[in-house]
Amino acid sequence: MAIDSGAPKESFRLSMLLYDTRYRSITIQIFALFMLMLGAAWLVDNTVRNLAALGKDFSFDFLWNTSGYDISQRPLEYDSTSTHSRAAIVGLLNTLILAVMACATATVIGVVAGVLRLSNNWIVAKLMTVYIETFRNVPVLIWIIVTSAVMSESMPAPRDFRGEDATASMQLFDSIAITNRGVYVPSPLFERGLPDLTLGSLALSLNAIAFLVVVIASIWINRRLVANATRVQNETGVRPRTWWKSLLILFVPAIALLVALGFHLEYPELRGFNFSGGIQMRNSLIAMWIGLSIYTAAFIAEIVRAGIMAISKGQTEAAFALGLQPGRTMRLVILPQALRVIVPPLISQYLNITKNTSLGLAVGYMDLRSTLGGITINQTGRELEGMLLMMLIYLAISLLISGVMNYYNNRVKLKER
Amino acid sequence: MKKTVFLSSLAVAALATGMASATTLEDVQARGTLNCGVSTGVNGFSAPDANGVWQGFDVAVCRAVAAAVLGDPMAVNFVPTTGQTRFTALASGEIDMLARNTTWTFSRDVDLGFTFVGVNYYDGQGFMVPRELGVSSATELEGATVCIQTGTTTELNLADFFRVNNMSYEPVPIETNAEAQQQYLAGACDVYTTDASGLAATRASFEAPGDHVILPEIISKEPLGPVVRHGDDQWADIGRWTLNALIAAEELGVTSANLEQMAAGTNNPEINRLLGSEGSLGEMLGLDAEWARRAIAAGGNYGEIFAATIGESTPIGLARGLNAQWTQGGLMYAPPFR
Repeated sequence: MAIDSGAPKESFRLSMLLYDTRYRSITIQIFALFMLMLGAAWLVDNTVRNLAALGKDFSFDFLWNTSGYDISQRPLEYDSTSTHSRAAIVGLLNTLILAVMACATATVIGVVAGVLRLSNNWIVAKLMTVYIETFRNVPVLIWIIVTSAVMSESMPAPRDFRGEDATASMQLFDSIAITNRGVYVPSPLFERGLPDLTLGSLALSLNAIAFLVVVIASIWINRRLVANATRVQNETGVRPRTWWKSLLILFVPAIALLVALGFHLEYPELRGFNFSGGIQMRNSLIAMWIGLSIYTAAFIAEIVRAGIMAISKGQTEAAFALGLQPGRTMRLVILPQALRVIVPPLISQYLNITKNTSLGLAVGYMDLRSTLGGITINQTGRELEGMLLMMLIYLAISLLISGVMNYYNNRVKLKER
Repeated sequence: MKKTVFLSSLAVAALATGMASATTLEDVQARGTLNCGVSTGVNGFSAPDANGVWQGFDVAVCRAVAAAVLGDPMAVNFVPTTGQTRFTALASGEIDMLARNTTWTFSRDVDLGFTFVGVNYYDGQGFMVPRELGVSSATELEGATVCIQTGTTTELNLADFFRVNNMSYEPVPIETNAEAQQQYLAGACDVYTTDASGLAATRASFEAPGDHVILPEIISKEPLGPVVRHGDDQWADIGRWTLNALIAAEELGVTSANLEQMAAGTNNPEINRLLGSEGSLGEMLGLDAEWARRAIAAGGNYGEIFAATIGESTPIGLARGLNAQWTQGGLMYAPPFR
């Protein structure tokens, strides 16, 4: 049985698409989408046509050809007979190394500077203001180039370390050499080390993995111990003495492992033209690292300051009223709440650092932009493919970072129930 | 967001590969200037002088082509390019020709889609070290730090040389000659390597050129020449034969001093054909009869240009060597104008 609603059923007319508010927004959206697709089609068509006009095809085969060039900083086994794809991976790893180093340093400097800018000490607060305003208002490329120039112009050359009347000497009991080609630090070596684990073309150091596993395990056991002590304290009111057990658990297994593996340090030594042995942190890496860190730290400092100031004064007063000391107030009351404000903008600063690593070209840092997007493109003439691939990789890294940070943000944000 | 990034990338790609439909010659004549890609500054080859006017050996080729095509050797818009940007600039049509000590290689000619119109300088890669290091041969460079311009053939030659000789080295990639010079003088690298002519030009600009030695080894063949885009044969012919006209002029004894007199007509038919008083070579190129005359008038013949920009009487002080005429035991050999 059909119910007649009574209202006359109006038939659909074409003009209703434009004049009837029920349909108008859909019309506009479909039109906009159509224009967008048309634009995309035009661009693709134009690209294909011009590639054809230049006699070029679209192919990623070049990635499997021999690269022919050398890379100075190689986290992976690589030489000039390796493929372009391997050069790209080496570049990618260099990008990630730099990004991680710069993010960590920028966060530390940024948090310290942000907290100090709120200090009651006038000089400290003003100094931090000067630091923040200077560094974030000068382009990051300038800071990178300045750092690089300072390193290469004012540090001694390796040959100044040689001979009886050497004009330069090594620092810290002859273990660290600061030269105009970079800083050489001792590297860890193992006399009876485990062999490297080879997975395809990747070689993983079992020594490092074993050390990491032992350290993580000891930290976990120590936390169990402390939790147990807290439980005993809650039940009996007496906290068992744990400091010597903690020390034993934290350090003895790691030291025992190092001794068993025959751990020793290899010191850098002047041989031929350069220092050899030890780990070399090249000028390009140091310039990028310092440049990116101090620049981004200034932004992070402002984010931290904003986060702390967003917490109402009542919180501090309440904590004081409960008898908490200023340090514990900051750590237990203010910062956990401030993190909710700090983390989202912090994500974009981490993304900025990661993307700004592509400035490495300016000081010859062999990151993804310099290998895949620089020399490889130049030697193979595959600009379009190389650039697309590079954009895809940067996009993937950025999405990964924001994914991880969003997960963290969800954990610290206000739980609304 | 993702879509926008993709679209804008395509837009960039489309712009970069966008090509005009008219021929290069028509474009240049309609524009009234020749866009010529040069280096960012290598003394003697292409560098602006105190008045901001570009001077040098590679610049002279641009001026000769501009004189032949447009009638005015100064109607050139010089576009400084780095080793990395030069090919993109040429492929995208930003420049009409590239005269930037660029090495003629198989893959650049065939795969990158360019046409090398000839060789204006036969070069080879060399090494420069400070004299105080006491190095006398490139085979003593085990473990050295080497400054190198990135995006060049020297980068690949260097890798090959050290690999063949079983030596290790530390490459310091650098974008331009000026930066490389600064790094080298600061001692951030032991060795600077590039084409031997470039080394001589760089050394000439040092405060104390005598403190630096160029090692005897030449580790590669580097035929340097002007480059145009693949696919416009007429434009490539203009470039090729303008260069040949300069070389032939030296061989035939046509100089900027006797040019007018010779253009009036001589009893050597090849000179007459070259300078346009006989035959119709210019028309075949799509230019007028006096194209070669103007090209030679722009800076003199090949020998005069060489002597004025990089020759032994200049601070660069390069000998003719391989770049002498074939009649003098060199490799400069222009095909006949017939």
